[in-house]
Amino acid sequence: MILDLIEFLRQRLKRVILVSCVILALLVGFDALLLDKGRAHTAAEHLPGFWAVFGFVSCVVIIFVSKWFGKLGITRQEDYYDQ
Amino acid sequence: MINNLWLHPGLILMAGALALPLVKGRLFRPYLLLVPLLAFGAVMMMPQGMYGVFPFLEWDLTFGRVDRLSLVFAYIMTLMCIIGTLYGLHVENPFEMAAAWIYVAGSLGVIFAGDFLVLFLFWEVMAFSSVFLVWFRRRPESVWAGFRYLLVHAAGGMVLLAGIVLLYHATGDLGFHQLDVSRPTLPVYLILIGFILNAAVPPLHAWLPDAYGEATVSGAVFMCAFTTKTAVYALARGFAGMEILIPLGVVMALYGVVYAVLENDARRLLAYHIISQVGYMVAGVGIGTELAINGACAHAFAHILYKGLLFMGVGSVLYMTGKSRFTDLGGLYSRMPRAFVFTLIGGLSISAFPLFSGFVSKSMIVAAGFDDHLYWAAFLLTLASAGTFLHTGLKVPYFIWFGKNNCTKDTWEKAEDPPVHMQLAMGIAAFLCIFIGVYTPYLYDMLPYAAVYKPYTAYHVTESLQILLFTALGFFVFLKKLTPKPVISLDMDWFYRKGGRVFLLGAQKGMDYLSARAHQYLGQALPRRLNKFSQSGPARLSLLLIRPLWYLTGVPVKGPEGVEKRFTDTFNQSLFSIGSSAVFIILVLMVLLFFVT
Repeated sequence: MILDLIEFLRQRLKRVILVSCVILALLVGFDALLLDKGRAHTAAEHLPGFWAVFGFVSCVVIIFVSKWFGKLGITRQEDYYDQ
Repeated sequence: MINNLWLHPGLILMAGALALPLVKGRLFRPYLLLVPLLAFGAVMMMPQGMYGVFPFLEWDLTFGRVDRLSLVFAYIMTLMCIIGTLYGLHVENPFEMAAAWIYVAGSLGVIFAGDFLVLFLFWEVMAFSSVFLVWFRRRPESVWAGFRYLLVHAAGGMVLLAGIVLLYHATGDLGFHQLDVSRPTLPVYLILIGFILNAAVPPLHAWLPDAYGEATVSGAVFMCAFTTKTAVYALARGFAGMEILIPLGVVMALYGVVYAVLENDARRLLAYHIISQVGYMVAGVGIGTELAINGACAHAFAHILYKGLLFMGVGSVLYMTGKSRFTDLGGLYSRMPRAFVFTLIGGLSISAFPLFSGFVSKSMIVAAGFDDHLYWAAFLLTLASAGTFLHTGLKVPYFIWFGKNNCTKDTWEKAEDPPVHMQLAMGIAAFLCIFIGVYTPYLYDMLPYAAVYKPYTAYHVTESLQILLFTALGFFVFLKKLTPKPVISLDMDWFYRKGGRVFLLGAQKGMDYLSARAHQYLGQALPRRLNKFSQSGPARLSLLLIRPLWYLTGVPVKGPEGVEKRFTDTFNQSLFSIGSSAVFIILVLMVLLFFVT
């Protein structure tokens, strides 16, 4: 059953991507237009799609900062400690 | 420890562990399940109060302080013990499960300890029993990782003990209560160091990925649940509101995320995410409000289940294929679909997806941060949660079950869903992860304080979904950047792994040098000189006196025919020389003696 579902989605990969993009757009649209932001903690959160941008930027920052950090000499060959 | 009909669940596990090697045959597996069930039952039936108080020397040792804080930890730990034991039913070695149970008993001992002596006793039991869960993997690397684990914990234990002794010296009280965190003294700091070493706070954290990556398949499931969470309990009990824990917790949350990007071994990646997740709890303890402490407890509760589930999912891949590195795996969804779904549920729970357990626990700590106007901490913790989803929710499932297929033919053929008991254990953990996320009173009613928190508001759900789904977008956009490479990352253990070697090399070379010099001077030069001195000393001394007389009389002194040569020859060959040497040495000794006394 699990396998059938995965295969079903994989065969329609383009449509899955399209639906995912629509969901992202709807989410930001809901945040910008309909959501009551009375529970926001800071003023910045009132900007439309603030958390969407925050999520994406966080992801990019984590990837690039970590890669940069790794290149400072942190990543080594697997047999490093055996030498 | 029976006192007023109170039975310590740790005692049940310890007795069960001691009898375990004696149980053979068909009774073995039912017995394995019975003992943790009994321990869980003992916790369920336990009324609050003080039990197991024994006078010892001049102190009263308290083995059973039962209150809401200790109960919530004991509940989840004994529950996890059942799940972990079920997962490890295939293990033939009875000593492995015995070690695991004694380890859990150690945790429970700490949780119920009412004073620092009992706490320290069980603290050490944990370290010395859990190390066997690493050693029983029986790889050469495991042996060394185990020794490193033990040494680090022994050092941490010593610091903790020093703190306890100094605290007792200063206050005369051994009771384990909230410490004075507003004006911390040296003993308080020493106890704190002992605790945060077990909580894996950088830079005292490297033992965790080092040992957990090398533990046995079922051993890692136990280890990921107990050591760090027991430390979180100890911090919540003694250090609530200690402000330094807030930045430390935030650093932990980010540190684990950064290393997870670089990690190629799935179990080590999960280990780094323990550091990250425990960071939330440590920060929660640092914030110290009722909501924050509730959040730390709730997150520890949820974490034990989803992290156990993740280690079980990835462990089942390791168990079936013998591989845990992403560069040896990939594309396994058609071979191990159930393990994939269970791991995904664990991944969504740790990522705090709505309707999963992390959502109702992690957000409590972040909310407490916002409520306390600690915006930098709250925003950085939120940033780290994006990283959590990036790795545990996306990277782990994607690069094991999808992505590029790096499996060898052998790996591919071995890969299939694990035995039923493993699936059952994962199923129970997965169910609880969702149940906690859906039915919040189950967890919230167990928390120590009455602080009210409502996670399911439209704003919070939309906020979380945006962060998570746009993180997913970033994952797929930068997928190539995230492709694992067959590398390792250096961490703080470098200092004692490489540093240890430098020390060894220095010690060896230094000793070689010292030995050579000692041989040269003490073994050769000094005896030679002494010998020469005792042989020719008396003659020379006599010459010193007699030479001026010869010069006065005018006899030839130097040269082969001179009196000097004849004198020394006679001196050396005659018996007189032996006697005179003896007299001379006695004289020298007397002079020495005179100066020494």
